[in-house]
Amino acid sequence: MSLLAAVGRAVLALLAAIGRTALFGIETVSHLFRPPWYPREFGHALLQIGYFSLPVVGLTTIFTGGALALQIYAGGARFSAEAVVPQIVAIGMVRELGPVLVGLMIAARVTSSIAAEIATMKVTEQIDALVTLSTHPMKYLTLPRVLAATLVMPLLVAVGDVIGIFGGYVVGVNRLGFNASTYLRNTIDFLEPLDIVSSMTKGAVFGFLAALMGCYYGMQSARGAQGVGSATKTAVVAASVLILAANFILTELFFAA
Amino acid sequence: MIELRDVHKAFGPKEVLRGIDLSIGKGRSMVIIGGSGTGKSVCLKCVLGLIEPDRGIITVDGQDVTRLRQGSSERDAFLARFGMLFQGGALFDSLPVWQNVAFRLLRGSLKRPWTEAREIAIEKLRRVGLSPDVADLYPAELSGGMQKRVSLARAIAAEPEIIFFDEPTTGLDPIMSGVINDLIREIVVEMGATAMTITHDMTSVRAIADEVAMLHRGKIRWTGPVTEMDASGDPYLTQFITGSPNGPIETLR
Ligand SMILES: Nc1ncnc2c1ncn2[C@@H]1O[C@H](COP(=O)(O)OP(=O)(O)O)[C@@H](O)[C@H]1O
Ligand SMILES: [Mg+2]
Repeated sequence: MSLLAAVGRAVLALLAAIGRTALFGIETVSHLFRPPWYPREFGHALLQIGYFSLPVVGLTTIFTGGALALQIYAGGARFSAEAVVPQIVAIGMVRELGPVLVGLMIAARVTSSIAAEIATMKVTEQIDALVTLSTHPMKYLTLPRVLAATLVMPLLVAVGDVIGIFGGYVVGVNRLGFNASTYLRNTIDFLEPLDIVSSMTKGAVFGFLAALMGCYYGMQSARGAQGVGSATKTAVVAASVLILAANFILTELFFAA
Repeated sequence: MIELRDVHKAFGPKEVLRGIDLSIGKGRSMVIIGGSGTGKSVCLKCVLGLIEPDRGIITVDGQDVTRLRQGSSERDAFLARFGMLFQGGALFDSLPVWQNVAFRLLRGSLKRPWTEAREIAIEKLRRVGLSPDVADLYPAELSGGMQKRVSLARAIAAEPEIIFFDEPTTGLDPIMSGVINDLIREIVVEMGATAMTITHDMTSVRAIADEVAMLHRGKIRWTGPVTEMDASGDPYLTQFITGSPNGPIETLR
């Protein structure tokens, strides 16, 4: 009985949390249509979230693309289908691994830093100070970050896709003996517009979720250093789980027969 | 005119404010004293609407503060009349000192040209005893006392009608405390501002206050003109003024 009650409480708490984050997301979006806006903050967020994430995105995807090529070659060899490496690397990177890996790296890099920064602002009364200076924290802190992440993530994912495919290409050509121009032609011929659209759509959704979770849990932070630590941790976990769940739903929407 | 009537606030089981009644006349300087953790900061934050009281009424010039919705234009107009020095400074560490001071002047309804805002910021920094060199530093590069003064400069930058100072002289050396006390007095007299100051420093109380209120156990224990403070006959107030360990205010050891 008490177990049942505990499960019930946990489910209710989860539903309440989902409701609160959804409301937070809706409120964030609503500020997009209501001035004042803070373009300087937006520019800063673009730089932080987009440009400075490029190295991490490149490193993650290039190694994964390479490993993917090796695995597909080894697996394909079992039924003499080694030749399919370029196509499967392309499809695997563009449809799934590119968006998911970049999404998770952004959750690690961007969600954590947003959450820690906003939580620190909260515990040092900087958010209160913003309010007393007639500046809405949602407009000044949340909207610029969420908007920047949503807009810049598709580009990051596209860069990640290309670098991942390049990783597969390098391994394919140098280790597995593929002809360079055949590899490229097979890749390009095989990819369809829908693959690229789905990849970038996933990027936008994951970017939105990653920044939103950082802002939400940062704003919710309890007092003290411990509050900041736990806000950051929760934000990264929530962003990662939501990204993976959203990925499943989007794959279902785009590719389910 | 700021009025608090029967204001209550609890955080979970902890009742911090248990019925505060207080009024501050226009252009007057009210100083709130009381032990640490008695809810002085919470009290100021209730007036600003940063904390919502559980019960009670707070009005500023007859306008009910708790009715103002966050983000509404009435609330923006209301807040534009205030300046607040937070206890911890609450400077934005992503912005250089001068942009902190000129924050209000760089955006929103009071927006000025960039160079003009900077000049005002430097002038305000000078008033709190800081040289123009600090203008381009970041808050993290300053000592605690300097941060406090930058924060004070930010609070007065837009020449508000009502100013709240939460422990303005804590962490400053005695000479700088004197400068800040004079400055607060000057702001009230010259600008005709209404001020509410929290302090533990009895020298500051005598320098700044027209009126004094003592907060104890969630209520206003004593309030009256500063001139009557010493002869109040209230054992709690007397103990606080003299800083004696013996008296009705229990000290945990
Ligand atoms: N946001 C908050 N959440 C929970 N407790 C709080 C909050 N703000 C203040 N308190 C508690 O209220 C009490 C009074 O705090 P405060 O007003 O800061 O004291 P002081 O009189 O020293 O300024 C303290 O015990 C503090 O722990
Ligand atoms: Mg305080």
